[in-house]
Amino acid sequence: MSVKISVSINGKKYTSEVEPRQLLVYHLREALGLTGSHVGCDTSSCGACTVLVDGQAVKSCTTLAAQVDGCSVTTVEGLAKNGSLHPLQEGFKEEHGLQCGFCTPGMIMAAADLLQNNPDPSETEIRHALEGNFCRCTGYHNIVRSIQWAAKKLKETNAAVL
Amino acid sequence: MTYIGQSVKRVEDKRFTTGKGKYTDDIKLVGMTHAHIVRSPYAHANIKSIDIDTALAHPGVVAIFTGKDIAATGINGVPAGWQVNFKDGTTMKEPPHPLLVADRVKHVGDGIAVVIAEDLATARDAADLIEIDYEVLPAVTNPAEAIKAGAPQVHDNAPNNICFDWELGNPKAEVDAAIAASHHVTRLDLVNQRMAPNAIEPRSAIGHYDDSKDKFTLYTTSQNPHLTRLLMCAFVLGIPEHKVQVVAPDVGGGFGSKIFHYIEEALVIWASKQIGRPIKWTSTRSEAFLTDAHGRDHVTTAEMGFDKDGNITALRVSTVANLGAYLSTFAPAVPTYLHGTLLQGLYTTPKIHVDVTAAFTHTNAVDAYRGAGRPEATYLLERLIDTAALEMGMDPAELRFKNFIPAFDGVTQPGYQTQVALQYDSGNYHPVLERGLEMVGYENFRKEQAEARKNGKLLGIGFSTYIEACGIAPSAVVGALGARAGLYESAQVRVQPTGKVSIFTGSHSHGQGHETTFAQVVADRMGISMDDIEIVHGDSDSVAFGMGTYGSRSLAVGGSAIVKSIDKVLEKGAKIAAHKLEAAEEDLEYAGGKWTVKGTDKSIGFGDVALTAYVPHDYPAGLEPGLDFSSFYDPTNFTYPFGCHIAIVEVDADTGKVTLKRFIAVDDVGNVINPMIVDGQIHGGLAQGIGQAMLEGVAYDAEGQLVTGSFMDYAMPRADDLPSFEIDRKVTPCPHNPLGVKGAGEAGCIGSTPAVVNAVMDALTPFGIIKNLEMPMTPQRVWRAMHQK
Repeated sequence: MSVKISVSINGKKYTSEVEPRQLLVYHLREALGLTGSHVGCDTSSCGACTVLVDGQAVKSCTTLAAQVDGCSVTTVEGLAKNGSLHPLQEGFKEEHGLQCGFCTPGMIMAAADLLQNNPDPSETEIRHALEGNFCRCTGYHNIVRSIQWAAKKLKETNAAVL
Repeated sequence: MTYIGQSVKRVEDKRFTTGKGKYTDDIKLVGMTHAHIVRSPYAHANIKSIDIDTALAHPGVVAIFTGKDIAATGINGVPAGWQVNFKDGTTMKEPPHPLLVADRVKHVGDGIAVVIAEDLATARDAADLIEIDYEVLPAVTNPAEAIKAGAPQVHDNAPNNICFDWELGNPKAEVDAAIAASHHVTRLDLVNQRMAPNAIEPRSAIGHYDDSKDKFTLYTTSQNPHLTRLLMCAFVLGIPEHKVQVVAPDVGGGFGSKIFHYIEEALVIWASKQIGRPIKWTSTRSEAFLTDAHGRDHVTTAEMGFDKDGNITALRVSTVANLGAYLSTFAPAVPTYLHGTLLQGLYTTPKIHVDVTAAFTHTNAVDAYRGAGRPEATYLLERLIDTAALEMGMDPAELRFKNFIPAFDGVTQPGYQTQVALQYDSGNYHPVLERGLEMVGYENFRKEQAEARKNGKLLGIGFSTYIEACGIAPSAVVGALGARAGLYESAQVRVQPTGKVSIFTGSHSHGQGHETTFAQVVADRMGISMDDIEIVHGDSDSVAFGMGTYGSRSLAVGGSAIVKSIDKVLEKGAKIAAHKLEAAEEDLEYAGGKWTVKGTDKSIGFGDVALTAYVPHDYPAGLEPGLDFSSFYDPTNFTYPFGCHIAIVEVDADTGKVTLKRFIAVDDVGNVINPMIVDGQIHGGLAQGIGQAMLEGVAYDAEGQLVTGSFMDYAMPRADDLPSFEIDRKVTPCPHNPLGVKGAGEAGCIGSTPAVVNAVMDALTPFGIIKNLEMPMTPQRVWRAMHQK
């Protein structure tokens, strides 16, 4: 048994047959080869799989692929435009907001959601917004600074998050 | 251009921030199957029968193997890499750890069968169709309980569940006498609770057998692919090493847990040949909690004696260490040579004795977790010092200054010989504490604390001045201590004909940023641009050999091996340059990427020399072509980073909730190549050490069920649990390696835990001197401590 879904992923239209039980993260990783979204847990706790669905951060490990039929999905692979890094990607590099890199795609997508709703977040607001994302490497210290860096850059360039 | 000392942005970040990192689970091979491992739901049980027939008939199932299949092949279990002897000289008990268990399971999560199917969902569906009949047996999980008479036995050949007992230091009678003669003795009974490392990337392994070449490839989440290959080939599967390539691609954090050779790696390799197709196994987080080697788990009694002036007279430590059901790769070394040897701390303690009993229990294996033994040593020492200060009415900072070992540089002054085997390389301990006090504003804080107390607010400050033994390790020393491997590192510097440089290092980066830091070292040493350098690691077919990354050793040992090879390249380059410049070698100097005849403007660039080495038409007689050198570097000593960590907490007087208000860390990790990366290492270590103090802890119930088996139950620090850290550093170079570096990977995790706990104790002094409050400092525990009679 399978269901047919039509999804826009990083601006490109995909029509696929998926098992009803197929989780979005595995659909992205296995069927579409978008391995930037990672699986770090089985309880929707770690946020390494975070993607944007219609602009909102969701955990793709607890979203069925069938649920995003007709939606627009943005993964970390869809952020860099015309060969230049997204300000969030730049910010993580500039402020050393990553070490092993495994949580990074989810962190960046969660941060994208935050900056869309709050373009100038305080440290407390950033830490609160990242409650759904684990990082074991950085102690979050530089992740906070990375997001502040991106917020500043977006403001200076008067650019939209997405 | 000078790269060393600069916060160069990381080379590796582009791929990681764009989702292009290549982790093991991202790899997809043609014809690849998927494995799911059926694990014991009981801590201790006899397997009476296994029925796999229905599962095997399930559509999409390729094969199922059980412990009986493995036993029939004669394959060994996974070995321990370190041997510790009993006090009486007999060797430790070393029970087998089979790839799959055929008869008696010994912890929840013990592997029983592997189901291999076309896709993962099918493998899991089929696993549910396997019927296993168990006879459940009583279990023991607490190490102190396990060694008591009458406790359930884990292994038939380890009476009283004792793997070994061990001691180190001055003769026990001398230490007993010194304690007895002390003016004051502070005694603490401590539990250093079990920790789950929890790298965010779960373990994963892909086994692939290519029958056309009769060669295996293992992709695995490893901190040391060569060590995994050696252990798996020589000790488990009996496959010649040259028939196995082990690749550890991008690895998403390790913290120790990915050092060890795990059963799943050998299983997918063995089974891939049986089925003739590649097999991928990826751990779920639940499996990770059950099977990734845990850390810590010590039950300790520690006593420190003082004279009437507050000088330390003696230290006596007795520890029972939980090793779990099976011996993991480095397990025996952690509570002994990585713990007992650090009990000198930063202090002049004249008499030290430590006694360790290592116990088997019906729990997952315990092995090295960030810091590995050194956090346990630091925890007991620093808790003793702050508690003693409270008991004796002394200031905890003053008590430390009074007892610090005086400064020594290890060059003009000798290293410091401890009472517990090690000789510290160089140290200057007063400045880190002085700087910490300055940063925290100590005098003001004490005033603020007193004011706050008047208003019913509980503020506390806690100190920790730690030392660690890193740069692991001089092979002859660790060999004498029971290591079954050397702990050197290898490096190859391959200069390409165009003068570009490829570095092959046996170190492995899983977050540490080697591709950047190592390139900075190479660029400076060779006087070339970082853009002209690539760092290759993690593939046994590319890199000749390696001992991997752990014990804060990559730069101190792996970096030194690179420097050795660079020296050889430049030595040979000088011969070629001298020939081309028609000058004597001794008249040349190398700087800025070229050899110049001293006092002239005659020079030849590194690129021209490289090209000449590969196009040797006009070339020194008798010199081999090519410019490519390998080296092995074996350190002459450990390195000894140290530092001062200070925590300020507020305890909610009504609920017992602890809030970490500030955290100050002044670390001395020797010379620093990339300050940004070193700071990042400190931050991450701090979060893990603070996590142990405040939130984390693995819990088994009396039946041996893992109660903290998911991120829903095991509290790891989230962004809003932590403050921003206030850090600074001092620099006392390592005197015995060419870079003067000591290592920064574990410092944060070693120093921070006792600082936080000491701060809570300090905050609670209005309730008396509390000594029986264990980690993690949950509101419930703190509240109870405040209200105990």
